[in-house]
Amino acid sequence: MAEISTSTALLTPSKARRPGLRERFSRKAWELAETIATPLAPADYLDLFNPLRPGADLRGRIVKVTPETADAATIEIKPGADWEGHTPGQYVRVGVEVDGVRHWRAYSLTHGPRKDGLISITVKAVPDGKVSSHLVRRLHPGKIVHLEQAAGEFVLPSDLRGHKFLMVTAGSGVTPVIGMLRNLFPVTDEGVVEHQRLDVTVVHVAPSRPDSIFIRNLESLDEAGAIRLVTRYTGSEGRLDVDALTELVPDLKERRAYACGPAGLLETLQAWYDTEGLPLQTEQFRLATVVTSEGGTVAFKGKTVEAAGDKPILDAAEEAGVLMPSGCRMGICFGCVLPMKEGAVRDLRNGELTVARPGETGPEGIPIQTCISAAAGECVIDH
Amino acid sequence: MTIAPEAPAYTGPIAHLSREDVEQLGRELDAIRQDVLDTRGERDAAYIHKVIKVQRSLELGSRAILLGSIFPPAFVVGTVGLSIAKILDNMEIGHNIMHGQWDWMRDPKIHSSVWEWDNASTSEGWKHSHNELHHTYTNIVGKDNDLGWGIMRVDEEQRWTPASLAQPLMNFLNMCIFEYGIAAYDLELGKMRRLKKSGRDMPEGWHEMARNTVKKIRRQAFKDYVAHPLLSMATLSGPTTLVANLTANFVRNVWTHSVIMCGHFPEGVETFELKDIPENETRGEWYVRQMLGSANISGSKFLHLMSGNLSHQIEHHIFPDLPSNRYAEIAPKVRALFDKYGLNYHSAPMPQQVASAWHKVLRLSLPNGFLESTNVRNAPKQFGKLIKAVRGDTRTRRRLLKEFEAAGAASVGKAV
Repeated sequence: MAEISTSTALLTPSKARRPGLRERFSRKAWELAETIATPLAPADYLDLFNPLRPGADLRGRIVKVTPETADAATIEIKPGADWEGHTPGQYVRVGVEVDGVRHWRAYSLTHGPRKDGLISITVKAVPDGKVSSHLVRRLHPGKIVHLEQAAGEFVLPSDLRGHKFLMVTAGSGVTPVIGMLRNLFPVTDEGVVEHQRLDVTVVHVAPSRPDSIFIRNLESLDEAGAIRLVTRYTGSEGRLDVDALTELVPDLKERRAYACGPAGLLETLQAWYDTEGLPLQTEQFRLATVVTSEGGTVAFKGKTVEAAGDKPILDAAEEAGVLMPSGCRMGICFGCVLPMKEGAVRDLRNGELTVARPGETGPEGIPIQTCISAAAGECVIDH
Repeated sequence: MTIAPEAPAYTGPIAHLSREDVEQLGRELDAIRQDVLDTRGERDAAYIHKVIKVQRSLELGSRAILLGSIFPPAFVVGTVGLSIAKILDNMEIGHNIMHGQWDWMRDPKIHSSVWEWDNASTSEGWKHSHNELHHTYTNIVGKDNDLGWGIMRVDEEQRWTPASLAQPLMNFLNMCIFEYGIAAYDLELGKMRRLKKSGRDMPEGWHEMARNTVKKIRRQAFKDYVAHPLLSMATLSGPTTLVANLTANFVRNVWTHSVIMCGHFPEGVETFELKDIPENETRGEWYVRQMLGSANISGSKFLHLMSGNLSHQIEHHIFPDLPSNRYAEIAPKVRALFDKYGLNYHSAPMPQQVASAWHKVLRLSLPNGFLESTNVRNAPKQFGKLIKAVRGDTRTRRRLLKEFEAAGAASVGKAV
């Protein structure tokens, strides 16, 4: 197939290289628009009319905010025209202004692709969580938020046949799993529709039932026989450890496992699966700081920032007003990488020290992930 | 001016303040600043978003109306609208964003590091000459190029030369083409010419900055004087659109020049000599220099908006990076501190400040004491002397300058 298409292209080179009349015309028209809009961009004016139009920076309009529990809410968003869709289990990064300051956070998409084209996230207001509290309590329909395309590897295999699944969810870790389940088992007026016979066990961990987001959804899936739900309410039943898990799910080792929740639980599970030599797919939303660094100063072009040892350079710089590239904020996506010309930083996850010495380090510097690195001395970053 | 070891750096208007007073004043200003930082938030962000939205809508609307500018009402409305849009872009939006007043919002589109304005000078060059030089060396003769833009005599202590006579004209011409004046001044063209003459190298990066400026000027001029008029040709409104755009740029030039002159130029605003600035100027001393070296314009909310809140030049110079919408709010507190410490809070309506600034330009274009000692009766004699001072050799000139100064001092003494 590939070979044939290559040779076709070789036979008609002019067709492949020369853009069509329409394309050339629209390119010229765009150049003209840029000329008459300078020093702004045409988009700056077009955004006045439709911030969700094709070609705009990806944004979304809040359509509905529905409370789920006392401190959690589901937010339905109409994404911009360039939204490329998602696979259930993936997350979306949402940029929202809190007290006038733009913050970005990642949230799991809690539905499969929907017919109405909306996307939904479910947010739990965490104590001292500026952004989550804002989203749950102060966000109103009509407000525009900033989005990035869906991302994440926490998804089901494309071919589900022959698999038995285990999903361990803790607290708001239920959100990517509910997205998967809703996609597998759509609920209609007639009840849960089961397209295919699947063997899914969900172990849900939460302080109590009223604290559990989506518990009614999980229970009704269980009643309909679509999944087997095992709940563990830690307030009355104590913490979930691996022994308890093996008891609750006897065929644990036969199941393809997914886990989403706080760092402590994930690390325990990961360690057990590693010793058993079994794969485990995990998802986490926040940087789990394990070590702290020495702290120091970070010099950017035009600004030098004091950075504490327990704070990622990204956060310290942003708080000082430096415009920083950022991504997942937990060391996964490499969207925040910047070259360090000199100095030392420590990885907040494992304490690993990265050092750049002028003379020994190349002129382009050493790339560091600012979202998981804290200063360990006087650093110079080329940004 | 000699400085007693225990006295603050600048005597004169603050001779009555002890060193401790100056530092206490600094602490009280710091507290005002902290108060604003602590409450900075949604309301402020909403303000700048609204101003930007209004500016863009106004510019777009005015440009659209100018497409039919062959009809006189459309010409008038479009020109007025575009002039206001350009002024908003330069003053309340561009100037203040480039100061970093809105960096705290972490909006990658409204940030000092990326903002570009509708002006011949590049944001890069302007940030250097304005933020780094002018705001650091405010009103220090010879260091702060804003003070006379390097082409004028701005202080009695600067030597008068026959060329000084031309400065009212120079100032007027600079006003008419102010955006290009700023671009030239950001590139420090005068200094560069001297460097070139003496065979020295230009500073690193200067050539690139110059190239960027030329590119920007070309793009800006092409937009206003070619592209938009051509679009208007559809309704035969090309020439009128060209005139409208020229007018809008001219109006913006005159307005911004006037506002900026009011900031540091009116009579009574202090200028400083580098030798009087202590090497380790304290925060308090820096504040005092900003307080005495700036002047406010009193007026309506609309005037404050159109001046980019540079009508609160004093507040802006004390706190250059606070959001501009807060200057009016803190002005009473700042003024109370001026009163408390017995300093002169220089504020007057715009016509008065503009006249005062021009008076200073004119007065300093003439030898010290000339204006004060000249009246209707002795005018012919005075002008005769002035011509002699222009034509005469150095010695004659020096003698005549001394005579003017003495006569000026005498007539001021009489008036008192």
